[in-house]
Amino acid sequence: MIRVVLPYHLRTLAAVDREIALEVAGPATLNATLDALEARYPVLHGTLRDPATRQRRALIRFFAAGRDLSHDPPDAPLPDALARGAEPLIIVGAIAGG
Amino acid sequence: MSTVRILVGTRKGAFILTADGRRERWEISGPHFAGWEVYHLKGSPVDPNRLYASQSTGWFGQLIQRSDDGGQTWAPVGNTFAYEGTPGTHQWFDGTQRPWEFKRVWRLEPALTDPDTVYAGAEDAALFRSTDGGQSWQELPGLRAAKGHLWQPGAGGMGLHTILLDPSDPKRIFVAISAAGAFRTDDGGQTWRPINRGLNIQYELPDPTAEVGHCVHSIALHPARPQVLFMQKHWDVMRSDDAGELWREISGNLPSDFGFPIAVHAHEPETVYVVPIKSDSEHFPPDGKLRVYRSRTGGDEWEALTRGLPQSNCYVNVLRSALTVDRLDSCGVYFGTTGGQVYASADAGDHWTAIVRDLPAVLSVEAQTLP
Repeated sequence: MIRVVLPYHLRTLAAVDREIALEVAGPATLNATLDALEARYPVLHGTLRDPATRQRRALIRFFAAGRDLSHDPPDAPLPDALARGAEPLIIVGAIAGG
Repeated sequence: MSTVRILVGTRKGAFILTADGRRERWEISGPHFAGWEVYHLKGSPVDPNRLYASQSTGWFGQLIQRSDDGGQTWAPVGNTFAYEGTPGTHQWFDGTQRPWEFKRVWRLEPALTDPDTVYAGAEDAALFRSTDGGQSWQELPGLRAAKGHLWQPGAGGMGLHTILLDPSDPKRIFVAISAAGAFRTDDGGQTWRPINRGLNIQYELPDPTAEVGHCVHSIALHPARPQVLFMQKHWDVMRSDDAGELWREISGNLPSDFGFPIAVHAHEPETVYVVPIKSDSEHFPPDGKLRVYRSRTGGDEWEALTRGLPQSNCYVNVLRSALTVDRLDSCGVYFGTTGGQVYASADAGDHWTAIVRDLPAVLSVEAQTLP
């Protein structure tokens, strides 16, 4: 079970509370977590990753267990604390815009 | 009595303004999609309760929303806009070639006969079509074959911002792109060609008669005379009487021929509206006076419409999709400003009142005339 904290606009879009819990099939990676997120909430498709390239959108960041995971390979294993559900994956929209 | 519904896209959400045919008392709903940019929303001509909205942000990308109840409730539909085949490249500011990359939808144009068919104008410039109510989108790639490698973005991005469907010919579509120019298909979108002859630009292009590269800001037509097109170009207000084969300038006595939107009266095909802006360096009205200009002669001779509009210290802009008309007997005219005002005239522009004054910056205004 992986815990995920979505940014405000995506919580509104998906009509969910601040934190959600996801069952992730197979090894717990960032891509697998985002796949599970989009499968459960199809409205989030394309909001975190570009639909064509599957690359992280430029102003999206991923934090967990005191680390910035944004530049980690998206298919690398997530930190153990995330995979165990001890810490949430925090998805943040960068400070930008007016 | 008829109802008028005004669909307003802003920098921070959409708003829907509704009034009866007198257009005196308005109900305002919104913000819909609060906090998101809504470049455009528009209703189906055949099913006015079917609305499509383009919702985007720099953080989370593009969503398309659809309503089947006139904007009371919305549901997201498809948001995958994939260029056909190998996307290819277009020109970049430094003269190099750059791959096409989808950024957002500037314009949504529901089809004239089928509520499930809708066109989307994208940045980077391309035309997409959905025939399943927005669930899936397919590009019409023939457009980018019209010298797309020579297209180059304007400062606001290389967006396809105008889509005009010819009511007399289902196979004819006009589009306009910043800063590539105007294009036309006569075979339902398979093949396209530039229609920019006569758009001579002394200072904007090295070759002022180039086929593409023209900074067209918007185009309008009257449904009864779809071969007559009116254009607000970066500089110059233009007219074509042959579906874009040749353009001629009709700026006449305008105080500035720079501007963004252009619209045609609902019942008078020779009555045209523009909002002159001082220049491309100063995006506000000349002399701090917000004036809509109306020509009843198809151009060249223009009159200032000022009653009810601020005539001092006004420094807002009116963007390309933010001027429109309704279809009531006494034609209503509407426009929104970057200062968040939406102005309405129930008498073809003679008198104006602000429906709202403090919305986020207005990006688009569309009117629906409901029975």
